[in-house]
Amino acid sequence: MKTTTLQRIAKPATVAMAVALLAACGSKDEQLDQAATQETTRSDSGIGTDGADTYRPPAQQQPQTPVDPDVALREKRTLYFEFDSAELDSKSLEIVRAHGRYLLANPGIRIRLEGHTDERGTREYNVALGERRAKSVERVMLLQGVARSQLSSISYGEENPVDLGHTESAWAKNRRVEIQYR
Amino acid sequence: MKLVSTIIASVALLMGTLAHAELRIRIDGGAVGAKPIAIVPFVNNTGAQLDTDVTQVIGNDLQRSGLFEPLPENAMIAKPANPQDVKFQNWRAVEVDHLVIGRINVRPGGGYVVRFHLFDVYKAEQLIAFDVPTDSRSGGLRSAAHRVADYIYEEVTGVPGVFDTQIAYVTVAGKGASRQFRLIVADADGHAPKTVVNSGEPLLSPAWSPDFRKLAYVAFEDGQTSIYVHELASGQAQKLVSKRGHNGAPSWSPDGQEIVASLSHRGSADIYRINVANGQMTRLTDSSAIDTEPDWSPDGSTILFTSDRGGKPQIYTVDANGGRATRVSFEGKSNSRGRYSADGKQIALVNYDDQGYRIGVLDLDSRQTNILSRGPLDESPSFAPNGAVLIYARQTAQGGELATVTSDGRVRQRLSQTGSVREPAWSPFLK
Repeated sequence: MKTTTLQRIAKPATVAMAVALLAACGSKDEQLDQAATQETTRSDSGIGTDGADTYRPPAQQQPQTPVDPDVALREKRTLYFEFDSAELDSKSLEIVRAHGRYLLANPGIRIRLEGHTDERGTREYNVALGERRAKSVERVMLLQGVARSQLSSISYGEENPVDLGHTESAWAKNRRVEIQYR
Repeated sequence: MKLVSTIIASVALLMGTLAHAELRIRIDGGAVGAKPIAIVPFVNNTGAQLDTDVTQVIGNDLQRSGLFEPLPENAMIAKPANPQDVKFQNWRAVEVDHLVIGRINVRPGGGYVVRFHLFDVYKAEQLIAFDVPTDSRSGGLRSAAHRVADYIYEEVTGVPGVFDTQIAYVTVAGKGASRQFRLIVADADGHAPKTVVNSGEPLLSPAWSPDFRKLAYVAFEDGQTSIYVHELASGQAQKLVSKRGHNGAPSWSPDGQEIVASLSHRGSADIYRINVANGQMTRLTDSSAIDTEPDWSPDGSTILFTSDRGGKPQIYTVDANGGRATRVSFEGKSNSRGRYSADGKQIALVNYDDQGYRIGVLDLDSRQTNILSRGPLDESPSFAPNGAVLIYARQTAQGGELATVTSDGRVRQRLSQTGSVREPAWSPFLK
């Protein structure tokens, strides 16, 4: 399972597809993604400085590929959801898989998946919904072959909103799973 | 001498305000059809300066219920202290239905006794008279005054009063990383708030034990949730359950021996019974859906809960020993967070439809849901123990606040303070 995934990364076709996907999402949800990047830049530096765990591209990767698309995907640490849904759209799925590949390649690294909801609906139900969101991310990574010991999850339900507003755009920012490197 | 004690009283009052903000109560309507009542200022026979204006506490209680309209003191023609001094024509002249007179005496052995008489002005007769002593509970004269108001309320309306009960709620102050969550217990009129738990992380779902002595609640700490059982008198907290996943939504069995809760350690959230003394658990539901927000029926036979097994969240019931669950809510787009009334015949819930999230009461016989609040983000309904009033949380531009509504929808109050208030739970009757 592990090796299959790694080999697949190296295939130029997949790389091209990921790049295309990346280009596609630039416009539509730029604002949301920006917010997400800002939130998570602090935890970002911790990983890069740790020499032992620094991501090394697989050996068989083409030397002429200038950018590893996973690096850009992994910049995104927040995944967004529809109302009362825990389904990952195709864009989010790509982000989750990029993080999954990184965890596969770096078994010493652990993450926490933090599920959140908007303020609509009751508080305890929302804790359960946020948990379901975190688990749908976890499930993808487990299928990729990431070790369970690298993953932990918690749901805060509606208790920790990033936007305190009561509008659809505030709610859209709050319905999320945050990937936190530890 | 008098000046000195007044100063001491104001300092004490100020300290109380600094320590804990008290809920401000505003009444939205209710004066229409309220019964006029005269409460003659109670005579202080104790020879001491009292810390509580008993007459005012009784008057405020009755007025806030929306069912009584106390007569202003300056409209009173006479101020009788004894039953034999009452002249009913004086009270018919100012068109009150009921008259209350009373006195405060020293209680032999310590404390005070509040003696009161309630009269029907038009029948020209005494309805009830009681000596209400202050007891060892911390409430003192204030609590005695609430009990007098309870007697009057019950005699006139036929429904027990809930003035001498308490409410638990959660407040949030500050923003971001400096947020402070407090679980607070206060008198039903918002007086004397006391912090039970203080935390930098969210506190959720306070639930009163049926004997009024404990609160169960959910706390987040270090990436984990736990259900705690907190004994109010001693301040001792017991961590009841803290398994992998979420440990939430506690509610007590009627005998106080068990807690029913939603745990997700085996994957999706399911309903479990947990023995408070030994922690032994029994699983009641086993679905891949979210099963949460359980509540135990007052007769102990049934447990209701929220589940999205049918797609959207709805209220289901299951036998307290497990088995097949039955859906009981059907109106609107979804329904959640049900709470039984004390007689078990109704369920207060959060109904969601095009008008948002509003508090409804589902009658289990007629299957009708009566919507009582205006939305759009109302939640956490809790019946007062007399079933005549509900408390719930609502969202305003200033933050969360609490509100009450009578079960007929006629009388509304708003309870707010600086910062956000949420998660109210009305106590049972004091025993």
